[in-house]
Amino acid sequence: MRVHFAVYARGLRRHSTYRAALVAGLVTNSVFGAINAMVLLAVFSARPEINGYDATDAVTQVFVGQMLITVTMVISAAPSLDLADRVRTGEVAIDLLRPVSLQNWCLAEDLGRATFGFLFRGVPTFLVGVVLFGAVVPSGFVAASLFLTSVVLASLVGFALRYLYALCGFWMLDSRGVWAVSGLLGPVLAGMILPLPLFPPAVGDVLRLLPWASMVQIPAEILLGKESPTGGGVLGGLALQALWAALLLGLGAWLTSVATRRVVIQGG
Amino acid sequence: MADTRLVPAVGERDDGPLRRAATTVLRPFGDYRRLAWLWVRAAAQYPLSLVLMSLAVTVGVLTQVGAVVIVFGHADTLAGFTVYEGLLVFALASSAFGIADMCAGSVERLGGHIRSGTLDAMLIRPVSPLVQVAADEFSPRRLGKVVPALVILGVALANVDLDPSPATVALLVVTMVSGTLICVAIWVITGCLQFFVAGAREAANALTYGGQALTEYPLAIYGRDIVRSVTYVVPLAFVSWQPVLLLLDRPDPLGMPEYLRHMGPVVALLLCVCAVLVWRFGLRHYRSTGS
Repeated sequence: MRVHFAVYARGLRRHSTYRAALVAGLVTNSVFGAINAMVLLAVFSARPEINGYDATDAVTQVFVGQMLITVTMVISAAPSLDLADRVRTGEVAIDLLRPVSLQNWCLAEDLGRATFGFLFRGVPTFLVGVVLFGAVVPSGFVAASLFLTSVVLASLVGFALRYLYALCGFWMLDSRGVWAVSGLLGPVLAGMILPLPLFPPAVGDVLRLLPWASMVQIPAEILLGKESPTGGGVLGGLALQALWAALLLGLGAWLTSVATRRVVIQGG
Repeated sequence: MADTRLVPAVGERDDGPLRRAATTVLRPFGDYRRLAWLWVRAAAQYPLSLVLMSLAVTVGVLTQVGAVVIVFGHADTLAGFTVYEGLLVFALASSAFGIADMCAGSVERLGGHIRSGTLDAMLIRPVSPLVQVAADEFSPRRLGKVVPALVILGVALANVDLDPSPATVALLVVTMVSGTLICVAIWVITGCLQFFVAGAREAANALTYGGQALTEYPLAIYGRDIVRSVTYVVPLAFVSWQPVLLLLDRPDPLGMPEYLRHMGPVVALLLCVCAVLVWRFGLRHYRSTGS
């Protein structure tokens, strides 16, 4: 456990070095949030309510999405885990020598990155949405804790999915194609491009149950106090996220053991 | 390759002033073509990866189209534009950005060239460094974005009320060329920021990719202030919005001056001149990292 905490702290520190990139990212996320929000505001001014969503709900979800970009890395079309490149170059052999599980090591580092990104890039981006567009903030301590729990679960799901993309490299040698597809489809499935309730109901209801929805749609619903797709209100939404996190991390652990048994590293 | 010709013969005399001028003007384009072809051949070494990545880009465009259709499906009309008119705006913006991204998108990696020192290597080669940076890692996979955007353009054109005259066709071609030039110039200018600010790449994305996202919808929905700033400050309005107003012969919903819709080519030329000047200014102030 101590080693994981140390890796977590290193991940946090590593990403705190790039201050200029932080400001640049904040500007970019805010600009994209504003553009998305204005498009949706135009839609909702033509129709005040669509499938239970109103303008404030939609704008809030847009900025939840922008806030969670650095947490879940759902939009990255290039490998956003070092592991992907390390599998391709063979450096993963060093990682496999360590007496800790590969997945937990990567997870600890990624959570460090996510923590820093959430606090210093995500939260300020969301505040831009609150100030400019009146995005909803949690109404009290309980609501804020539930939302933060949902953010933590979103980061676990985000990591677990990206870890699986990176593991594809063990079989495909180069996982960049997988990343390219996921970086373009992920944001749609997550409800970042459009809130999922705006999709035709038959499609939207299925998408809300998939793991990608746990990265933006479900956290937004928890913040907005909407009924979760599984029923059970806010707790139902958290349960759905926790289920996906557990399933995907379990799958990751199993595939890691399969992959390491077939990995062949050339000497040199 | 044995192709060492610089330009095809232009003048009748071997070394006339016309020919020399043509050589000077056309040389960067020939250089660009050769460098780009080199990268195409490199990309073709991994055909499966190339196909997958092109498909991924295509899927990306199609999801954007889906979003536009869903948005118009809920709202019926946005700023007085129907879904096909909206798709016309989308397709013009998207294909101009797509072609610009294919030709000059690599400029956004300037910061990487500065950090790793590859820019120094480019400076000692007898080819314009801007051409080298722009052609770097030229990838045909970006056609995966241009081709579907052009298809959508065709679908939109077939479904809007347009008079299929030669004038319309000429207008479309001019719009496409000037839109692409505007996007290329914006790409180069924002890329040059990296001469001065390390890590400016992502902020530049707010203008390049953000600009694309902005121009995908009829601009009037963003309100007067934003439309003014993307007309007079960063002239994105001339990529698709003003030309579509001209094509469809619509009054400007925001009451901006009518002559603006004819200004696209002028703006494109001015902006390209600006881009070259900014690039030269940046390069003069470049100091190698020494690595």
